Amino acid sequence: MMVLGQTSQLVDWDWIGRNIDQIADRTWQHLSLTAVSVGIGLVISLALAIVALRWRWSYTPITWVTGLLYTIPSLALFALLVPVVGLNATNAVIALTSYTLLIIIRNLVAGIDSVPDAVLEAADGMGYTRRARFWRMEVPLALPVIIAGLRIATVTTVGLVTVTAVLGLGGYGYFILRGLNTFFWTQILVGVVLSVALATVLDIGFLVMQRALSPWARRAR
Amino acid sequence: MTTWESVQEFLSEPTTWSGPDSIWTRLGEHIWVSVAAVIIAGLLVLPLAVWLGHIRRGSAVATAVVNIGRAVPSFGILAIAFLVLVQMGAGVGEPWAVLVALIALAAPPMFTNTVAGIQAVEPATIESARGMGLTEREVLTGVELPLSAPLMMEGVRIAFVQVIATATLGALVAWGGLGRYIVDGFARQDMGRLIVGAVLVGLLAIAAELGLSAMQRAATPHGIRPAR
Repeated sequence: MMVLGQTSQLVDWDWIGRNIDQIADRTWQHLSLTAVSVGIGLVISLALAIVALRWRWSYTPITWVTGLLYTIPSLALFALLVPVVGLNATNAVIALTSYTLLIIIRNLVAGIDSVPDAVLEAADGMGYTRRARFWRMEVPLALPVIIAGLRIATVTTVGLVTVTAVLGLGGYGYFILRGLNTFFWTQILVGVVLSVALATVLDIGFLVMQRALSPWARRAR
Repeated sequence: MTTWESVQEFLSEPTTWSGPDSIWTRLGEHIWVSVAAVIIAGLLVLPLAVWLGHIRRGSAVATAVVNIGRAVPSFGILAIAFLVLVQMGAGVGEPWAVLVALIALAAPPMFTNTVAGIQAVEPATIESARGMGLTEREVLTGVELPLSAPLMMEGVRIAFVQVIATATLGALVAWGGLGRYIVDGFARQDMGRLIVGAVLVGLLAIAAELGLSAMQRAATPHGIRPAR
């Protein structure tokens, strides 16, 4: 017979009932770490994408540097930030934000590049300034690709937030780490299942938003 | 003590350079488990992926596999693999749980990129190969596999870099590898150990990325290399 943690059941519903407040707190922590990191990541990526689109030669070094950041494993990046900012939420947000950059910038640039030249000429012909053309033509038309990037960045970030448990944060990762230390299945499963659920909910949320914001892309299918 | 001083102190300890907790031991553990995971995952999924690509099916499955793979936190996969293997009788500290988790993580990108890579070969190219009298096997080995090699290798690269990163988390489930220094560094508040471990992990990941990018370029047939 297998020994299943503290109780004979795989999922101890009593434990979940007793800890519902803590689960709510960790949900909020997971969600806010994700939202702040992806939000800051989007702002920085937009700035870098505008630079890359204006000065084409800068795109290669930008993807090179953000690709380097993306390659460094999260546990190592948290550790490297300790002497700089300490063991706290700032550390987590800096690391998590740095992972979103490559994904979001790539999709921003690819999305805006995919806008047909004819559209740009039409905008110029209608008297749009370059700035107005960017914000009112190129960005809206690129939205499906841009949001696809945000979806990948968000889902990836939700997964990485669990690792911030080593910084004393972790959102649902807190349950995974605690469950590991006590060999308690329920806690690990709660951590993993809720993390996947959160990623899925946010992913679907972005999909709904993309459909609402770009009705022309919703062709018959 | 400054960070730099504690790094120097850690680097001057004899146990850093020899014995069971030395850099060489930890690096060796990290590399063999990562390489083994990618090879085993490749042996498990590539035959199916190649076949699905050849018969031009399974692209929806391939997309779903990658999306699901992305939503499941690697730390969670590692934790589940650890508990399952310990309950099956594996000893705490043995590499098997980490190996199993890493195989599960390495499989999706290799599977998806292989299916997508073969399906990306122009149907006209395959038709002309058939028209020239190539057998199905020759079409696969002589046309589809070489032309899809860059995308397949990209899948291997993504898998390997992710495996190197996740092997670091192996220290959280009582295994070794270079992540041991980071996890112990946090636990003992030993800044030198923490930073040396993090730098080594970062360098290993970057080396893996650059090495496999080079292999990806080498795997690209001359005929489809971008003109420069």
